Amino acid sequence: MVHNYPHISIKELNVTSANLRILKNVSIDIPDRSITAIIGPSGCGKTTLLKSMNRLVELTDGIHVAGKVLVNGENIYDPHIEVTRLRKKMGLLSQRPYPLPMSIYANVSFGMRIHGQHKRRILDAKVRRYLALASLWDEVKDRLHEPASSLSIGQQQRLCLARGLAIEPDIILADEPTSALDPMSSKAIEEIFLELKKKYTIVLVTHILRQARRLADYVIFMYAGEIVEHGPADEVLNNPKQELTKEYVKGQIS
Amino acid sequence: MLALLRIWVDRMAARIFSLFAWFSVFLLFIILAGLVFKSLPIMRSYGFADLLFSADWKPLQKQFGFLPFMVSTVYVTVTALAFALPACTLASLYLVEYARPRFTNAVLPIIDLLAGIPSVIYGIWGILVIVPFVRNHIAPVFHADTTGYSILAGGLVLAVMVFPLMINLLVEVLRTVPRELREASLSLGTTRWETSLFVVLRKALPGIFAAVILAFSRAFGETIAVLMVVGNVVKIPHGVFDSGYPIPALIANNYGEMLSIPSYDSALMFAALILLVIIILFNLLSAFILKSLHVHRYSV
Amino acid sequence: MRKRKFTEQFFLFLMRVSMFLVMLPLFLIILTILVKGIPSIDLAMITQTPKGGFYLGKEGGVLNAIAGSFYLSASATILAVCISLPVVLCLNIYMKRGSNKAWLIRLCMDVMSGVPSIVFGAFGFLVMLFFGMKVSLLAGIITVTILIMPVTIRSMDEMVRTVPEQLLQATYSLGATRVEAAMVVVRRVLPGLITATLLSFGRAIGDAASVIFTTGFTDNIPQSVSQPAATLPLAIFFQLSSPIPEVRDRAYAAALILTFIILLISYSARYISNKFTNAS
Repeated sequence: MVHNYPHISIKELNVTSANLRILKNVSIDIPDRSITAIIGPSGCGKTTLLKSMNRLVELTDGIHVAGKVLVNGENIYDPHIEVTRLRKKMGLLSQRPYPLPMSIYANVSFGMRIHGQHKRRILDAKVRRYLALASLWDEVKDRLHEPASSLSIGQQQRLCLARGLAIEPDIILADEPTSALDPMSSKAIEEIFLELKKKYTIVLVTHILRQARRLADYVIFMYAGEIVEHGPADEVLNNPKQELTKEYVKGQIS
Repeated sequence: MLALLRIWVDRMAARIFSLFAWFSVFLLFIILAGLVFKSLPIMRSYGFADLLFSADWKPLQKQFGFLPFMVSTVYVTVTALAFALPACTLASLYLVEYARPRFTNAVLPIIDLLAGIPSVIYGIWGILVIVPFVRNHIAPVFHADTTGYSILAGGLVLAVMVFPLMINLLVEVLRTVPRELREASLSLGTTRWETSLFVVLRKALPGIFAAVILAFSRAFGETIAVLMVVGNVVKIPHGVFDSGYPIPALIANNYGEMLSIPSYDSALMFAALILLVIIILFNLLSAFILKSLHVHRYSV
Repeated sequence: MRKRKFTEQFFLFLMRVSMFLVMLPLFLIILTILVKGIPSIDLAMITQTPKGGFYLGKEGGVLNAIAGSFYLSASATILAVCISLPVVLCLNIYMKRGSNKAWLIRLCMDVMSGVPSIVFGAFGFLVMLFFGMKVSLLAGIITVTILIMPVTIRSMDEMVRTVPEQLLQATYSLGATRVEAAMVVVRRVLPGLITATLLSFGRAIGDAASVIFTTGFTDNIPQSVSQPAATLPLAIFFQLSSPIPEVRDRAYAAALILTFIILLISYSARYISNKFTNAS
């Protein structure tokens, strides 16, 4: 078994909100250039775990984060870290597509322009490249300057993916990215992910077990804010060691 | 039979309530009709274009040019908005995006207090504070000579009167922008300000536009406070330090002479009519925009 | 990157300044009224009418305006509520949710709430001419009632709309008529309706432009509705520019009294409204 090195390393992460403990002493390594799926019943903390990786979780009022999250060995919660630089290294794909209120072209180039790239030719080339990577180029190449809201939901989600890829991150965080999409669009996204994992580290939160089976190299099973079991996908999904995992995988708890 | 009585009461109530409801709507049209009727004489004698665009206002010589008043009204309203829009946009952004919820919840009721203060109290404050401020501290900077009773003073007082309306609306509008959209923008590595400017404000633009229209219409019709500080000199103002004479002030100041000078009452009713029509149009426009954004406006 | 950070700090600073600028006037206004009004207030001020004419007389107080304002605003508020409540019940109980007629009525009320009081004053004057009424308390009451009616309807409408559909349906399934269901709803949102009434009263008592044509001004307390009446806003407006300091003092005193009443109303309205939301 080839062990990739831990791209993200989480050490004793505790996230609390008011008096509620959302994540309890979570410690886990996310290997690079593979798809790691986080599964578990709703409310178990999967999305919180995901959002702690790019420090989005602290934006909500009342949230307190303790512990370390190391990306390439650097603790992202260190007070000296520049948050915007950190977030540039990760792309986020949410449950429902949220295109920015601009044209298709502007959506994809937004991140690049914020970070200082203004040369038209370079922007054009990169917009094309990332739209192609997200399997959207052919469908939109003639209407790049139309508002992003004119696209279908499936197209919008691919646009959001292209937008996230355009800032050239190393890691892609995906929070149930196909849950609002029809089967055709979901399939398209899944195929893109399988291609992307060759170069990117992907962390995927999903509540669709079959999706985890199709995509994941590694699986993390969470319950009530704690990690119950983790390991290669084949082991966790087909031969789980913990009772809870067995029950979840068999569909007895959800 | 008790049951029959109850049903009869119900039907009577239905009729009466319905009557009242349609009466209230009817009222709007009665007011409109009444003003039109009273303005007809002067509209027939002088022609619309003449009335609106002539600058000669000499009622005793039968000259009724409304231009100075129109210009003053627009001037003072635009000045007010020029102050109110940036201040309220920034303040609302702060309240929604940056401040702690406890701060925001404490501040909004305080701002609402401003909304209840009567116009005449604003007027006193205007005379005692704003007018000297304009005369002694602002005008010298621009080498302008003024008594302080000016378009600028009117604009400043109006701006403050419009604050609660704008801030309430803008906060409502900004709150309709979904949290996930901000998160999506921040995940690209933007600063909070970049997200506010390029994403949140942009998304809220139609709502902001509606808020501006509503504020404009509110400022347009404000009478007493502006009247007390704007100077009330009949001429076309050429700068913010000039005195002005907005339309509502015209009506309020001259009601006494209304019946003694021929056609004067018709002229003043015409002024009221202009005011009414413009404000109805603006209110309708703003209501439609806000409705399409599903923003619910609370009573301010 | 440093430029981006600097931009953010700069605008954050501007935002804080704006916040301050928006809140500052409230304090300045109250301060001004207190500074000018407190020295002018004494027992005579609130218990006597002006002696020797309100514009030139040095003696006396503003009782004429206090009484006039209360008579006028209380009557107008009562009338407005008597019209508004049935309209609101009609909108919410007798008309179906989402009905076009209801939408039209609400739109008209929205638009009317934005009409400035001077227009209502002008209209009130027309009504006076039409009926041959003289400048009087009655004319003022009619005008102010029309002024505050749309706003009262809107705020009461907001309150009644918070009642969940299920409550209504439960009442109907017990065999209640619509009128009886309406009573249930009214009892339920009573605090909210009281708040709306208070706020309307505040609006009525503070308005000058609607009464300037219609109610006139006088030194005396009106003995009947066909007499003119003094009001607090006009007491301020007319006496503020007098050459005689004692007269101006009356204006400041009236301003203090008026502001105090308004703040009291705002506070009570908020207090009742909070208890209402906490209880339900």
